[in-house]
Amino acid sequence: MIVAERKPFEEIKAMVKDYSKVLTVGCGTCVAVCLAGGEKEVSILNAELKMTRKLDNSPIELGAITLERQCDMEFLDELEDTVGGYDALLSMACGAGIQFLAERYPEIPVLPAVNTTFIGVNKDVGWYEERCRGCGDCVLDRTAGICPVTMCAKGLFNGPCGGTNQGNCEISNDQPCAWFMIYERLEKQGRLENITSIFPPADWRNQTPRTVIQPGYKERQKA
Amino acid sequence: MNSGSNLQKILEAGHFAFTGELGPPRGANAETVRKKAEFLKGMVDSVNITDNQTAMVRMSSWAASLIAIQEGLEPNYQMVCRDRNRLAMQADILGAYAHGIRNILCLSGDHQQFGDHPQCKGVFDIDSIQLIGMVKKMRDEGKFLGGADIDTPPKMFIGAAANPFADPFEWRVYRLAKKIAAGADFIQTQCIYNMEKMRKWVKQANDMGLTEKVYILAGITPMKSIGMARYMKSKVPGMDVPNEVIKRLQGVDKKKVADEGIKMACEQIEEFKEMKGVAGVHLMAIEWEHKVPEIAERAKVLPRPQVD
Repeated sequence: MIVAERKPFEEIKAMVKDYSKVLTVGCGTCVAVCLAGGEKEVSILNAELKMTRKLDNSPIELGAITLERQCDMEFLDELEDTVGGYDALLSMACGAGIQFLAERYPEIPVLPAVNTTFIGVNKDVGWYEERCRGCGDCVLDRTAGICPVTMCAKGLFNGPCGGTNQGNCEISNDQPCAWFMIYERLEKQGRLENITSIFPPADWRNQTPRTVIQPGYKERQKA
Repeated sequence: MNSGSNLQKILEAGHFAFTGELGPPRGANAETVRKKAEFLKGMVDSVNITDNQTAMVRMSSWAASLIAIQEGLEPNYQMVCRDRNRLAMQADILGAYAHGIRNILCLSGDHQQFGDHPQCKGVFDIDSIQLIGMVKKMRDEGKFLGGADIDTPPKMFIGAAANPFADPFEWRVYRLAKKIAAGADFIQTQCIYNMEKMRKWVKQANDMGLTEKVYILAGITPMKSIGMARYMKSKVPGMDVPNEVIKRLQGVDKKKVADEGIKMACEQIEEFKEMKGVAGVHLMAIEWEHKVPEIAERAKVLPRPQVD
């Protein structure tokens, strides 16, 4: 899932300072699971904002709604009758959802209440770890299911580098060395030949906005 | 392949190579480079010019290499993958060669977190092994990584690093093999203190036939103090300092610790002169350049041979 963190309260407060009627829009998917921008987080943020603005003698009127998914036009349409009454929309979705909301309602300022951090996993409730950078050219078959782009601090394709420190990365003793783990797992599986040949330089054409079009979509367009 | 590199000539003639290291200054002071170069002149076959080592901004490696050339030294131009993408790297290699630089050492580079700009974006567009392959392709095929022809390819003598002590030990010799397959002509190792492990690693390389394909220069850094030895042991990633090394330094008079460090380094060099599969020594006398003449003298590697 996509993992996000709520922005520091002071930053959000400064963002909405010039607005007196704001609709906080949560998202019921990834950011709800990682406890950053779901229904519950929307109500907590609104309560905090309301309180602080009241103390500042600058009351704010806040609306709250949590959509199923902000990255889906169908769900954004649900806001059509409500957004007109607001000065700004405060989105608690991931960066994709925030942008899609802004694209759907271009006449209204849309502000981010969260920082989108990574594509990751749920280690426990409230504990998430990054696992994928979405490079667009997966090599996990060769690297024992451990991503060198994400899990190696240098993103090396032919590791481990000389900084491996008793199985840990040179950046920290709390960070396992990805290539050490790749080696260990491949060795156990008897598949070390996977990494004896050289990985060629990566194709980083993931730095321009990417589009995925499934064959089914193409067929529908033709019909 | 003849790069015109003195280091290549020395190695191919079968001499025991002796290389040094020079860290560029944290400023635009050319005199600092010249001063350090003076100590190394005539003492080493080639001198590594480090590239923003420990991720701290310094005078660029190619620029300090040019000053070294002016001072009569042959630079071994270090290039790390941390700070440049493949466009900048290839451009710098062309420029370096055009200015007479003939050796390049291809490295991943210390992580940017260690340096004075931890906020920076680490590039790592390609890794050290891919960099070796790129320099080889430029040299042997006369082509850029992207495939286009190069007008006057840079004929670099290609170096790479190896750390026989980093984990997993069993994999280290295979990674060496990968560097050789990518195109490394010579290898300079991490500072060696654990001789037993080094012997084992060289034996593995011999057994795999790797030392017939590459020149291995053993990395030596004399210990200046007990504090330095402790720091190297506990704080430098991938460094293997056995307790006996520290004990030996502790066993001598306080004033004699540095001398004992040099003595240990010389003993190592003597062993490497005889070790099958080792073609020379790379002396990294970190901020101790003025001691290089003494170390070279005591290690009996002078005068340096001249090969035409």
